[in-house]
Amino acid sequence: MADARVPRKKSLDPAVNQMLAKAKKENIQTIWDRYETMLPQCGFGDTGLCCRHCLQGPCRIDPFGEGPREGICGASADVMVARGLDRAIAAGTAAHSGHAKHLAHTLLKMATGKTKDYRIKDEAKLKSVSTRMGIPVDGRSIADIAKDLAMAALADFHEKETPVMWAATVVPQKRVDVLLKHGLVPKGIDHEISEIMHRTLYGVDADAVNLLLAGLRCGVADLAGCYMGTDLADILFGTPTPVKSEANLGTLKKDWVNIALHGHNPVLSDILVSVAAQKQDMAKAKGAAGFNLVGICCTGNEIMMRHGIPSCTHSVSQETAILTGAVDLMVVDYQCIMPSVATVAQCMGTQVLTTMDLCKITGTDHMEFSEEEAGKKAEEILAMAALNYAKRKGKPVEIPDVKTPVVAGFSVEAIVAALSKLNAVDPLKPLVDNLKAGNIRGVCLYAGCNNVKVPQDENFVIMAKKMLKENVLILATGCGAGALMRHGLMDPANVDALCGDGIKAVLTAIGEANGLGGPLPPVLHMGSCVDNSRAVALAVAVANYLGVDTDALPVVASAAEAVSEKAVSIGTYAVAAGLPTHVGVMLPVMGSPLVVEVLTKTVRDVTGGYFIVDLDPESAADKLLAAIDERRKGLGL
Amino acid sequence: MDQIKEIFVRKDLCMGCHSCELACAVAHSASKNIYEAMGEHPMPKSRVYVETVSASVPVPILCRHCEDAPCMHACIAGAIHRTADQAVVTDADKCIGCWTCVMVCPYGVIGRHLEARKAYRCDRCQDRDQPACVSACPTKALVYQTVTDFSKDLRRKAAEELSRGEGR
Repeated sequence: MADARVPRKKSLDPAVNQMLAKAKKENIQTIWDRYETMLPQCGFGDTGLCCRHCLQGPCRIDPFGEGPREGICGASADVMVARGLDRAIAAGTAAHSGHAKHLAHTLLKMATGKTKDYRIKDEAKLKSVSTRMGIPVDGRSIADIAKDLAMAALADFHEKETPVMWAATVVPQKRVDVLLKHGLVPKGIDHEISEIMHRTLYGVDADAVNLLLAGLRCGVADLAGCYMGTDLADILFGTPTPVKSEANLGTLKKDWVNIALHGHNPVLSDILVSVAAQKQDMAKAKGAAGFNLVGICCTGNEIMMRHGIPSCTHSVSQETAILTGAVDLMVVDYQCIMPSVATVAQCMGTQVLTTMDLCKITGTDHMEFSEEEAGKKAEEILAMAALNYAKRKGKPVEIPDVKTPVVAGFSVEAIVAALSKLNAVDPLKPLVDNLKAGNIRGVCLYAGCNNVKVPQDENFVIMAKKMLKENVLILATGCGAGALMRHGLMDPANVDALCGDGIKAVLTAIGEANGLGGPLPPVLHMGSCVDNSRAVALAVAVANYLGVDTDALPVVASAAEAVSEKAVSIGTYAVAAGLPTHVGVMLPVMGSPLVVEVLTKTVRDVTGGYFIVDLDPESAADKLLAAIDERRKGLGL
Repeated sequence: MDQIKEIFVRKDLCMGCHSCELACAVAHSASKNIYEAMGEHPMPKSRVYVETVSASVPVPILCRHCEDAPCMHACIAGAIHRTADQAVVTDADKCIGCWTCVMVCPYGVIGRHLEARKAYRCDRCQDRDQPACVSACPTKALVYQTVTDFSKDLRRKAAEELSRGEGR
């Protein structure tokens, strides 16, 4: 109901709009149609005033005071809203850490010889992460170190004598002290998720503030899951370095076997990329020019960052990839895969293949993936796609002629390596000097999804453009990165047009020192949604350099078009890390003035961070700039 | 003259979600936005009431805008009149808060606003094409139709039942 506003336009992306016109002509329903059918949405759910946690329910509280003022059990609006938010944080944490756990198992299988299809691609990172975890590395075999690291990762999921190490060892000591003081250090990642489920059960925690503190602690566990996901993926598949690529539906190619890799984990997609490179003959045998792999959502980000595989589309527009008629096979792992892809695929005659036991979709085909047979499974998938191409060949497709150049691959290691060309001894010095001098006014991380309630990409593009002009260094991950890359914000050629003089000088100096003959792109792509950990790592490095805590830095974050509960848990750890954190869509918390007060104000006394909920991108950008300036002032800049 | 549309209830479709009540209150707020409306003073009021006689049968009840409206006859302040659109409305400026209208209304759908100290009721959302409660109903239990159309729908449904009885 509150969102009865139908967006003025569906998407800022011309390629998406072209496909939506096609969908309309062919009478194929997309997410935008389903959204309109859903309007107006339920006001109780929208404001968080609905509870289904017990069988006496459902309960709802009337925000206008005429009807029920508390649930059947007596739960107040504050309790109901806080419980609901906690469960969202727990769900997001479960997803990121589930992704990380999958990588830990893969690492363990590799280290113990149970699979031959994986290897350690970044031994230096294996050793540095292991050292951080207190695992001896000198004089030991790579397999032994890898096994110990995998076991340490798996141990971080349950309660043990130490806290969650992937949280406690990745933030400055000052931040550890803040978290300890407020009881926010997680004991185990799964433990925190499980404890949220316990305390939000019928008749357990009925103190909204206590509930929110537990949510914050679970958010810190989410940081651990994300950080672990990034570390282990880099170790197994390589730490990203700057790479040229392209984005948008125009990366699909009519005469090629197009395989869209959708979901989140590189465990399958990375193998597919390397096997496809060796097996181009399989495609040629069916009359195609070769295999053309493209990414969707964060699986796309993972393989773009490491291999320069183009991103086809992201998030809310995932159905449009299928609407081209040119996708021969959509291979999915898990997370953010709309069940509707099955229906759209049936309309278009496209095959969708699910690969993970926890993510099957009625109306699609399933092939259970296993790390033990990764290479073999990858070949089977390629054969399936090639066969589909043979059936599609000669049939009409509609591929929008829209694509944008992208430079991606900015891991923290890559950024430090680039900076070391300016100062080999003290690579962070140029960054910090420019921050102090004001050439870099602050740093903003754009993360999260595209929400159907917002014209696709509008919040991201308006905010990022405004902040670039104000000399803010922009980082991006996940489908936020997808949004910005589609509109040319990761194309170095656009630095002149988009950037303020200060940030332009910085990007140009780094680019030229690295022999690029020009600047870095306006926005630095740091990876998938687990890779928000990279932004935290960069902030922590700068904080340690300056000898301050992360909440003193002029660093802010924005999930401008958030959808997933994963965005809620990421936002929570950004706040736990002390960052002013913008959310550009309404969180289901407005039914509790107390919860709103805690999230936007009081939590600042605990962590230094806080949420800014603002649906207007212009004023949201102003608020983030004001937060940056406030912190600069705090640092005496 | 065109027939006036009325808000009708298809009571077998009501799930008791109370979405109509929320939408009504928001439509009668200053901001027209649920997030802001919750904090407004005077507090926006719903003019539709989902009543439940037995636990499983919720029924939305709202002003019928009677042709021969008892409230209009009974109002000693002359605050109740019929608009050009045939809606029976209370003029808040004239209302003296005697609650006579509440007493005579057979449906009990006239409310007392404690802060404003005025009577209030459904006005069929004069500024909207379709009343907010109708738009908000997820099961279309509330419809905005002319008597002719609503009756025709009922007759067709009855005819369907009858023909099914004859095995057609």
